[in-house]
Amino acid sequence: MRPYLRAEWTKLRTLAGAFWLPLAVVALTVAVSAAASATVHCRPDSCDIDAPKLGLMGVQAGQALVAILAVLVVTGEYGTGMIRATLAAMPRRGAVLAAKAAVVSGVTLAAAIPAVLGSLLAGRLILPGNGFTPEHGYPPLSLTDGPTLRAAAGSVLYLVLIALIGLGVATAVRDSATSVGVVLGLLYAMSALPFLIHDPDWQPLLWRLSPMNAGLSVQATTHLSELPITPWAGLGVVAAWAAAALAGGGLLLRLRDA
Amino acid sequence: MTAYRTQLPPRRDGVGTLLRAEWTKFRTVRGWVIGTVAAALVTVLLGLMSAASTHDSCDNGATGTVCAGGPVGPDGQAVNDDFYFVHRTLNGDGMITVRVSSLTGRIRLPSPDPRNQGDARLKSGVTPWAKAGVMIKDGVRQGSAYAAMMVTGAHGVRMQYDFTEDVAGSPGGVSPASPRWLRLARSGDELTGYESGDGAHWTKVGSARLTGLPATVQVGLFAASPGAVTIKQGDFGGTIVQDRFAEATAVFDQVGLEGDTAPGEWGRDDIGVRYETDGVTPHHPGGMTRSGGTFTVTGVGDIGPGGEGHKIEDSLTGVLSGLIVIVVVAVLYVTAEYRRGLIRTTFLAGPRRGRVLAAKAVVIGAVAFAAGLAAAGAVVPLGTRILREGGNPMLPVSAFTELRVVVGVAALVAVIAVLALALGVVFRRGPAAITTVIALVVLPHILATSSVLPMEAGRWLLRLTPAAGFAVQQSVPRYPQVDDVYSPTLGYYPLPPWAGFAVLCAYAALALGLALFLLRRRDA
Repeated sequence: MRPYLRAEWTKLRTLAGAFWLPLAVVALTVAVSAAASATVHCRPDSCDIDAPKLGLMGVQAGQALVAILAVLVVTGEYGTGMIRATLAAMPRRGAVLAAKAAVVSGVTLAAAIPAVLGSLLAGRLILPGNGFTPEHGYPPLSLTDGPTLRAAAGSVLYLVLIALIGLGVATAVRDSATSVGVVLGLLYAMSALPFLIHDPDWQPLLWRLSPMNAGLSVQATTHLSELPITPWAGLGVVAAWAAAALAGGGLLLRLRDA
Repeated sequence: MTAYRTQLPPRRDGVGTLLRAEWTKFRTVRGWVIGTVAAALVTVLLGLMSAASTHDSCDNGATGTVCAGGPVGPDGQAVNDDFYFVHRTLNGDGMITVRVSSLTGRIRLPSPDPRNQGDARLKSGVTPWAKAGVMIKDGVRQGSAYAAMMVTGAHGVRMQYDFTEDVAGSPGGVSPASPRWLRLARSGDELTGYESGDGAHWTKVGSARLTGLPATVQVGLFAASPGAVTIKQGDFGGTIVQDRFAEATAVFDQVGLEGDTAPGEWGRDDIGVRYETDGVTPHHPGGMTRSGGTFTVTGVGDIGPGGEGHKIEDSLTGVLSGLIVIVVVAVLYVTAEYRRGLIRTTFLAGPRRGRVLAAKAVVIGAVAFAAGLAAAGAVVPLGTRILREGGNPMLPVSAFTELRVVVGVAALVAVIAVLALALGVVFRRGPAAITTVIALVVLPHILATSSVLPMEAGRWLLRLTPAAGFAVQQSVPRYPQVDDVYSPTLGYYPLPPWAGFAVLCAYAALALGLALFLLRRRDA
């Protein structure tokens, strides 16, 4: 397994986008989070806002770049034909995919932690100026607060799982542009569906199935009983999607000629 | 020995040739054709699925039956027409003059729990569009033609007629110390409203032509108050609308009637009043008390455009998903050429790169337009029909509006495809281009319509980003004279349909310009 990991790490770190994509994940996530925190004001008559969730809104944008990074790790090899050399040198295809998953998870983790911490820091600095003060029931965002810590840790895990979904889809689809379309469609288009379908039975079901809605429920800290799914179970839905994508991709990788 | 020269005439890279070449490239890649058809199918199937799964519960709690739609105004649009009317019959031309000396009211207090429809306690106050004044109306049927002069809670004197029309008079409220005189005169089809501070010097506010108004109409005093609307963000996106009960009470005196009015008492009608479950007791009744020449009229409800129901664009739920597929196809249409090196052949055959780009844009735009037109043209009428048969009241719209929505969605898809193509040229890489298009078009729409972002931030997103183009699918306009929740989450866009579409077109033009600039400067 070790040579597999080393090979994948070497390939990833020498990829053109491998350096700036994680940086872009951090920058975009923090920027969107800060912008969201700066636009929302807590007014005395309408102040029922989930501050940690607001402060972590950039994850909704940053996840797109995470997905691209994961997709490129696989489709880059198919685009150049490198995949044939990879599979000739490392014939255990399941292990190749596992090594890719481990390396991508590591890089995503390394980008997600500063992205989430930076977002919370931005929220901590910006939100009190917008009326989110202790008098209104909003202590500064802090990781010592249990739900906030859960939201932060959950967001990091969420981004890692999104990367794994991207990896699995890309292994199955093998084309970078189409894979990105599939992953972003799964994330964004599916997240909008529950708001467009008003059926009382379908709506919560679609909400629980959508990886973005269910997964980001891990960021919720208020009105938890109103959510169609509990925070950790929501993250479990994303994990199930990731497992399904990796299993499907892995199966196709074994069955198909490269 | 002479070198070989071809005997064929030189072939110019004419527009027709380029278009044909680009069209051939598109139609011979099976994945792109399948993708385009799939995009249309996804749009239709998701729309029909959501329409079939939508079942409103009617006011009486019964599901599965067709809920009664609200009243319909003279132009066929859904309206609210609930107020207390103290009236007499007027034959032919005539005039009514009154003095309004106060407009007060009561509002239900907001509940601490946003999900409850208000507290049981009432406080005194008027909502901004509480209204009372004089009216001439074609009978007492809900939705019939009318014209009215009124004082309002916070918008001064207004002349309103036929539900959608609103003309501002002088600003300011009324009180016993500064009463307001109102006058409404009928002359044929022409109704003219006047106001005065002293009953001697009159200012014309506006005039309305109510074509087909019968000779016999009802003339009198009215009061109405729409509910106090507050809006809250839902915890996991969406909005929670709280519409709290409010009533308005106006005091009228110096009532003067001119013209051929029928003798007898003033008639009273609580137009549009709802009843308790026993069917007899009115729920939130209005009323009138009279002492001498002073009339005190209390009314609940609103007179204006509005009403409950689904909009025809509710069947367009699949557009966002279909759009992502089209974006992928449009980006691949150019980036695949870069990946395979075909772009060098393309530019060899057509050295004028601007023309090549234009031909590509025309082909992908036309293909996307056709797919969008087929999808929207199928799903809007079918989805509307399914919604209606499922017992959901629909807000009526004109055939022209329906056509505009269908063609508008097709144009929206086409312009977004061109934007995607241009960004594909700019980035030359599929993933970067696709992500940028989705981040520019789809993400702002999702953040504005289904996230915890506050309403005002969502509105700015739908003004400034290419997602403004989605406004083209809005079928029911917003009216300034209605205190309703025109939030993006409920399908109301901050820009008018064509203005929003123009914003999207500007982005596409900008991207095309950038693509052309880079295309000319860079080596292929």
